[in-house]
Amino acid sequence: MAVKPKVPKGVPYPDELSKIDYKPPQKGWMDTLVEFKPGTYCYGATIKNIKALESPNQREWSSKDKDWKLPENWREIFLEGMEDRLRKYRSFRLFMDICVRCGACADKCHFFIGSGDPKNMPILRAELLRSVYRKYFTAGGKYLGRIAGARELTYDVLKELWYYAYQCTECRRCSAFCPYGIDTAEVTIIVRELLYNLGLITDWIAGPVVNCYRSGNHLGILPHTLKDTLDTFAADIKTITGIKVEPTINRKGAEILFVGPSGDFFADPGTFTCMGELMIFHELGLDYTWSSLASEGGNFGFFTSNEWAKRLHYKIYAEAKRLKVKWILGGECGHMWRLINQYLDTWWGPTDFLEEPVSPITGTKFENAKSTKMVHICEFTADLIRHGKLKLDPSRNDHLKVTFHDSCNTSRAMGFLEEPRYIIKNVCNNFYEMPPNTIREQTFCCGSGSGLNAGENMELRMRGGFPRANAVRYVHEKYGVNMLANICAIDRAALPALMDYWVPGVGVTGTHEMVANALVMKGEKERTIDMRGEPLLGKEAKGDV
Amino acid sequence: MELNNLLSEKRSIILERWFDVILETYPADTSSFLKKQKNQFTNPVGYTIYQGIEGIFEGLLNGIDSERVSPFLDGIIRIRAVQDFTPSQAISFIFLLKKVIREELKNEIGEDGIAEELLELESKIDELAFLSFDIYMKCREKIYELKANEVRNMTFRLLQRANLILNQVQDDPVLNSPELNSGQDNSGEGQKPNFKDVDDIVNLK
Repeated sequence: MAVKPKVPKGVPYPDELSKIDYKPPQKGWMDTLVEFKPGTYCYGATIKNIKALESPNQREWSSKDKDWKLPENWREIFLEGMEDRLRKYRSFRLFMDICVRCGACADKCHFFIGSGDPKNMPILRAELLRSVYRKYFTAGGKYLGRIAGARELTYDVLKELWYYAYQCTECRRCSAFCPYGIDTAEVTIIVRELLYNLGLITDWIAGPVVNCYRSGNHLGILPHTLKDTLDTFAADIKTITGIKVEPTINRKGAEILFVGPSGDFFADPGTFTCMGELMIFHELGLDYTWSSLASEGGNFGFFTSNEWAKRLHYKIYAEAKRLKVKWILGGECGHMWRLINQYLDTWWGPTDFLEEPVSPITGTKFENAKSTKMVHICEFTADLIRHGKLKLDPSRNDHLKVTFHDSCNTSRAMGFLEEPRYIIKNVCNNFYEMPPNTIREQTFCCGSGSGLNAGENMELRMRGGFPRANAVRYVHEKYGVNMLANICAIDRAALPALMDYWVPGVGVTGTHEMVANALVMKGEKERTIDMRGEPLLGKEAKGDV
Repeated sequence: MELNNLLSEKRSIILERWFDVILETYPADTSSFLKKQKNQFTNPVGYTIYQGIEGIFEGLLNGIDSERVSPFLDGIIRIRAVQDFTPSQAISFIFLLKKVIREELKNEIGEDGIAEELLELESKIDELAFLSFDIYMKCREKIYELKANEVRNMTFRLLQRANLILNQVQDDPVLNSPELNSGQDNSGEGQKPNFKDVDDIVNLK
């Protein structure tokens, strides 16, 4: 046997040199420091928005910088905030204490599935905060430290908490699988609140909150612009159908206040959904009004702090009161419905100044909305179809092969599963479901919810949306599906890019855009184009486009 | 052709090994999930990688037809192009195949002609790497295109609303009014001389 040459300690022998280890070095999660990678995180809020948000620690900062310009006592502020919330919310303390690390949630997060980053496992994402909780709020953690799974709240730990709190869309797919019902989204919500206490908020969220507080919607649209927007839609509807719709704004004494997401005012394909809603209301002769001050169903305050969510949410009800309407009809929005269904009554209930909603067309009492006085437009439309109140020609959607993406908030936070499907099946002839473990309560998030639909974090959005896109690709290849329907404005904003990257050839539509295509209006001209101006099947030659 | 037979014989073991070493490029907790969970929809990354390497391996045995092998490469690279990998790490999985084949055939390499054939095969793997580089760049370019498109789509309606874009000219009563389009025009070309490119503008939409 050859004698090995003497080499200094730590230097490999020649024969070892040829055995290259292709494995990356593995460390425990506590020792793996967070590395901010471009494309995975959002920009920090501007000083202008931080001030308008009345956020503590107002200063210029950038999430890209090493120094986040925190106040000297940042640790105390964070921990005091945590203590406060542990006292206030029993659920939060339970979520910190009762996890048995069974792992049922671990592989359910779309970010983990798409990114492969273990800290995106819901169990580990929550553990980032739990470890801090143990250190400062439990005896075991205080004295035993690491052995008890506890760790100090350091600057790096704070950055890690920020990085991963903004890599969770609060979609609650993980909580649907947790045997204890731990709502990891609520843990994310609280981490974001604690970070807000330090002025650590993203601009993509802060901007809409500020706009909404000042003008009533995320985009900062002022009343005359809202009027102008609806007029432009009315002009487009006239071109397509020959019918002039005449929506009213801020009309006192209307029976119904309609509130939709402002995302549908400016960006296609949301605009077509808004136009569809206008057409149905016109066709029914509905006594309804828009409000320029409650011109937003979404609530980015929910992604900031409980107080901001509460404050922004009330505008809808304040306007309903001011305009003296009987009840509220809500559009195709996502988290608005979670707030109505799960938070409203605790915040502002009971809503005793409105009437229990009754459809003026069918007489149906919406008993499920007895407390909130707010009806989802899909419930409203499904009820109309059920009673034969809409004349529909589904063949006008024959150019579409449709699948339906359940939005996280409407499906998991309000069990809203059948109504959109019922509508879609009545307005189009080609509908195909995605595989069962990717829809309904188990639906995969679009990857861009909870204020993550910015441009600078595109890679993150593509990772997070991959499980959804993968299921769409399956029905695209198997049935030729070319249209992805949904009932959420963030879906309509985020899914087109997701489809473009993963499944080119699949478009995105709101459900009421398809209703508008199929709706046969009284006195309309022969339709040759759909809501997008594309020729209808069989009308290509005659079409004037 | 000896080598091809050998590779066909050892196909499943080579694929398993290749799959394992690719998964080792992920953190340990992740690789065990990617390996164990077999469902196409709940583990799309693991599934796509396995399907991909099967297709690539077949392509390698049958002579590389870039049209046939590209979709398999694309499936894997499209994922790794948005994950936490540098460009070289993202396409390193191709080179891992060389390592796996060398290891699996270490007893046979000395046999007649095999070493020579192996060199040819490794050149083919290099060809795959070239293809992979092109695909990786396409994916990254797509990401930047998406970013640009989102901004463009958001601002288009805003510009339209602010009347900064002439895309409603045909229906616009003011721009189509006789006052605007008569008398002022000395070009002799008839109606709407200033808006002769309107159709082009409309088509931009």
